[in-house]
Amino acid sequence: MPSTSSYLILSGALFSIGLLGVIIRRNMITVLMSIELMLNAVNINFIAFSHQLASLEGQIFTIFVITVAAGEAAVGLAIIIQLYRLKSTVNVDEVRELNG
Amino acid sequence: MDSLTANMPLLVFMIVGAIAFASSILVVAMRNPVHSALFLLLTFLCVAVLFFMRGAEFVGTVQVLVYAGGIMVLFLFVVMLINVRHLPDERVLSSFWKGGFAVFLGLFILMITLVRPGVYHDEVANKNRLQAIPKHVVRRIHNADGTVTRKNIVRYTHPKGVGNSEAVGTLLYSDYLVPFEIASLFLLVAMIGAIVIGKRELSAVEEETAPAYMLERVETEKEVKESMSA
Repeated sequence: MPSTSSYLILSGALFSIGLLGVIIRRNMITVLMSIELMLNAVNINFIAFSHQLASLEGQIFTIFVITVAAGEAAVGLAIIIQLYRLKSTVNVDEVRELNG
Repeated sequence: MDSLTANMPLLVFMIVGAIAFASSILVVAMRNPVHSALFLLLTFLCVAVLFFMRGAEFVGTVQVLVYAGGIMVLFLFVVMLINVRHLPDERVLSSFWKGGFAVFLGLFILMITLVRPGVYHDEVANKNRLQAIPKHVVRRIHNADGTVTRKNIVRYTHPKGVGNSEAVGTLLYSDYLVPFEIASLFLLVAMIGAIVIGKRELSAVEEETAPAYMLERVETEKEVKESMSA
């Protein structure tokens, strides 16, 4: 059986890649996808520890994380659509009205 | 042959994990958002397989249904609605990409060293609790001075044929009922918010060409707004 630590290593790798995507990409939709990737990496940790500790609480938490991710994706995509109507771009660098 | 059968879960984990890792890199690296979304779908499916391997059948199914079925359709829908044309010589990376790579390397090395392979190898023996239904019982403890204290404890019962889904459902509707209801309220708020934010106002050209029922609705909205402001 794969050990819990191998699950944790995979989860850490996915989380780091998601953070990389959030920081370096210019396309707003890809940034949102990277956030989903990070949330999913956290879910892997929850499931791994739920199995190791033989406790169902981790799985319950994972369900709530998935719920929050769904709501966040819906609202985020609506904001992106409205921003595209306003500025005709989904580029993170070009939306800087609050920047001084 | 015996060693192959014994190592089968590890082999599956290696293959599925490698696919998840590679496709998550491609999510970040792809130029076209549609390709990114499809690789993200592949990552989600691989992660669902990993959930199944850890005995979390219900969460794995929810992962496939909600992520692969719901969120990814939403992403693809928005990508195709916005329809951004990317020129080949356009920059993909933001101006902060050097700092981003530095943060990535730092976090990656930190997490790999924090895990320290081998520390988490000990499995709890009682794996059956993942398929058991928790039951609250009150235990009376007779103290030495004659008083009786009541203590709530949780017993895990194993009825025949109880699966992971039933155990999760029972827990969700007993111990976690209030968070569950709050989550449903959260989803309602998110849905209304997304509709209100994503709604658009009709332009002047569209008001001329729009069918009559739509104009009526717009006028009604205006009247309502005026009456509210008055």
